[in-house]
Amino acid sequence: MNATVLPYIGQPLKRREDFKFLTGKGRYVDDIRLPGMLHMAIARSPHAHAIIKNVDLGAAKAAPGVRLALSGQDLQGKIGPIVPNWVMPGTKVPFRPVVAIDRVRFVGECVALVVAETQAQAYDAVGLIDVDYEMLPAVIDEEAAIGPDAPQLHDNVPGNITTVYKVRGGDYAMAAREADQVLKLRLVNNRLIPTCMETRSVVAAPEPDGTLTVYMPSQVPHMHRRWIAETVGIPEHLLRVVAPDIGGGFGAKMHLYPEELLCPHLARELGAPVKWWESRSESHQSTNHGRAHTENIEVAIKNDGIILGLKVETLGNVGAYLSNMASGGPTVNTVNFGTGNYRIANYEATSRVVVTNTVPVDAYRGYGRPEGAYIAERAIDAVARHLNLDQVEIRRKNFIQLADFPYRPYGGMAVIYDSGNYQGLLDKALAAFNYDARRNERDTLRRNGIYRGIGVAAYTHMCGMAPSRRLALIGFDRGGWESARVAIDSSGRATVYSGSMSQGHGHVTSLSQIAADVLQIPIESIDVIQGDTRQVQAGHGTFNSRSMAVGGSSLHVCSQRIVAKAKKMAAGMLEVDEKDIAYAAGRFSVPGTDIAPLAFGKVARMAYVGHKLPDGVTPGLDETVFYDPTGMSAPSGVHLAYVEVDPETGIVDIIDYVAVDDVGTLINPLLAAGQIHGGVVQGIAQALYEEVSYDPDSGQLLTGSLLDYAVPRAEHVPSITSLFQETPSPTNPIGVKGIGESGSIAAPPCMVHAVLDALSPFGISHLDMPLTPPRIWAAVQSARNGAGQ
Amino acid sequence: MVEAEKRHTVTIEINGIRRTLEVESRKLLVHLIRDDLGLTGTHIGCDTSQCGACTVEIDGQATKSCTVLAVMADGASITTIEGVSPAGSPLDPVQTAFHEHHALQCGFCTPGMIMSVRQLLRAHPDPSEDDIRHGIAGNICRCTGYHNIVRAVESLVAKG
Repeated sequence: MNATVLPYIGQPLKRREDFKFLTGKGRYVDDIRLPGMLHMAIARSPHAHAIIKNVDLGAAKAAPGVRLALSGQDLQGKIGPIVPNWVMPGTKVPFRPVVAIDRVRFVGECVALVVAETQAQAYDAVGLIDVDYEMLPAVIDEEAAIGPDAPQLHDNVPGNITTVYKVRGGDYAMAAREADQVLKLRLVNNRLIPTCMETRSVVAAPEPDGTLTVYMPSQVPHMHRRWIAETVGIPEHLLRVVAPDIGGGFGAKMHLYPEELLCPHLARELGAPVKWWESRSESHQSTNHGRAHTENIEVAIKNDGIILGLKVETLGNVGAYLSNMASGGPTVNTVNFGTGNYRIANYEATSRVVVTNTVPVDAYRGYGRPEGAYIAERAIDAVARHLNLDQVEIRRKNFIQLADFPYRPYGGMAVIYDSGNYQGLLDKALAAFNYDARRNERDTLRRNGIYRGIGVAAYTHMCGMAPSRRLALIGFDRGGWESARVAIDSSGRATVYSGSMSQGHGHVTSLSQIAADVLQIPIESIDVIQGDTRQVQAGHGTFNSRSMAVGGSSLHVCSQRIVAKAKKMAAGMLEVDEKDIAYAAGRFSVPGTDIAPLAFGKVARMAYVGHKLPDGVTPGLDETVFYDPTGMSAPSGVHLAYVEVDPETGIVDIIDYVAVDDVGTLINPLLAAGQIHGGVVQGIAQALYEEVSYDPDSGQLLTGSLLDYAVPRAEHVPSITSLFQETPSPTNPIGVKGIGESGSIAAPPCMVHAVLDALSPFGISHLDMPLTPPRIWAAVQSARNGAGQ
Repeated sequence: MVEAEKRHTVTIEINGIRRTLEVESRKLLVHLIRDDLGLTGTHIGCDTSQCGACTVEIDGQATKSCTVLAVMADGASITTIEGVSPAGSPLDPVQTAFHEHHALQCGFCTPGMIMSVRQLLRAHPDPSEDDIRHGIAGNICRCTGYHNIVRAVESLVAKG
């Protein structure tokens, strides 16, 4: 064992898990092949809204290799319904069968299924299913859906509104009266497709001992075990959920989908493994979408740029049914954060959760916080533009100040920003961006007919939803804790069992860094196990940027318990008092004496033979911790973008992008920057490229494949400067804050501001995302025509 | 029997090993590689030849294996990610550069991306950043934002 061990936390270590992925040995669910495995394929609704009059399975059942063909009617009363896991108080929950029974409500909804011996046979047979539909009028748009004549989706959801949520702080009406002006904005937060490169897939396999193993790319394996158990009717102890390597999650793989219930049910019925794999085009109409909001905003301002009050009306389109967390996203997760990084004492927000004939909408990287930050940032930028104030100075003027932390925005109780230093972030970002020089360059070029723009956006949010007892208040049917187990073997190696779940984050590396520092052993002596409910004791998984702050803290506390126990054992072995022992670099020593230090491995060996245990100390070095945080961490950041817009084509060229993020203590700066790069590009994608399109009349999905949905490629995005400021979070023992969602929260407003700045000479003050060339070109043309050019 | 289900005999050299297989007319090369040969390092990320996750080398040329029918590969020499650094041999410089520069996160696009980068560097030994970004434009990565992939490729150029 090494005599000295680096502090691993803070080191940009290269990933320990890379080798298998680089050599093609990663194991994703679609790579699993089991003897006798059957294949399921789904017949999906081609209509947005229709009554199912008849499902004829005759030809499908007679097709080669087919073992089973079932309609929703056949499954009625056997499995389901699918119920959401986050149900805000007062929410009306629509009935959602696993497979549609008598009515379909979106293009892509399951109407029947086939199980066959090969995937090709299953696809062939699905093509033979004949469904007789009677079309109903459909509604796609959230504003149209709450209109008086809108088609109604569910009998128990009058007006298509499932949930109404209000936040109040201060007195907005008074602020509006005292204001010099009230500025109004309407914002569209475009609907997105998460697009994990690995689509969803399920293999359910009956085991000889009567249990059932379900392989699935789950961000939340233990929660999926509970949900599948409760929805399919399998006792939880007979169910094992295994999440092998996951090809990206971004929130899309933490919900409960029909296929994840059908495969377990059918595997038990047929006594054989049943696999389903989602094609990309199928994914576009069956895996949850993200965002899809319309916001109407009023900002009450003084003419010097001070914001007195903010009023927000949110409509969150959640698609045809309430998915897992759908009532929480447009409500708590969005409007609670509508005031952003600013001191806005008077706030009034109302959010309505609206059902429409579209694919269900749920969490996608940031879930609600991108929408919330977009409200605050677009509002303050519009104020700057309107009053002709500097976009940087107006933020400085309204920022929450260093001395304000911990800060409760608008005097409310639900939101607490634990720490932050926004002035510091802004200064660092401006310096890295070379702001003054860029501003001069922009102004000079503008006089020559070259349209460059600078965008600024700040953000903060809260991650790692906790503590558990608070989640009850918002109807979130899960805990806020995470579990960790550290098992030391008799040679002194550690195996970490974590309830967090990497989907590409690099937890094998980052969690090892945390454990190695506390255990004071080399990182090579640590293995990390995740994603198997039979091996990992319990967990909530990875979402809401919680893995390091909650999962990492759990591991930190657990590792401390190992050291504490090992110290007692060492005291017994060295025959000294425990309090006289010092532990560092894997050695127990007794300072001030000539007693030879004792290696951690020796203590571990003794722990398992138990020969010299002090009184009251049990054998073994194996601890488990359930860590429930007392509060949530609030990451923050300031991002800057520099763009050039060609008014003749509408094409946006991104010249530079600088991200300065405060995610508290950095565990691994290399991996942290990777999270920022990826998140920022997803945010740039929302701002410039991606949008789900539906035909507003027929409800047909127009962006039905990767041919039509513009996920950015390398040539569409810039290199990104990612810098950090470390303001440790006081809410956990490591001081770490969440990071995964930062980029996708900050980048959309930052990019929109940059483009609007570039277009300001045309008098264009507002455009909705995505800022595609046709949209920009049309705005420029209309501005020129309006100006008589 | 319909044409699509007719069976054909194809002989290919896969990662240096000669194999003869019976395939249906409609079978895509990517399915032959994954299902018949069990080489699951080649991934399927879409169904419209957009994502590049299934990129392999056919007679030395990086090709999306979903765009080729298995019967069309008869007589071809194919290298998949498993053949880039066979067991016991060192990693390819592209693989090493991806590790050094944290150019992969979930790993799903990585095998296809590595194949495209190898192709790029064969055709363009000294690419600019624009050349690199254009050269890998056929491969979608959703995790890295491409930043560190570009850095990894640049490091290979600098090494000459």
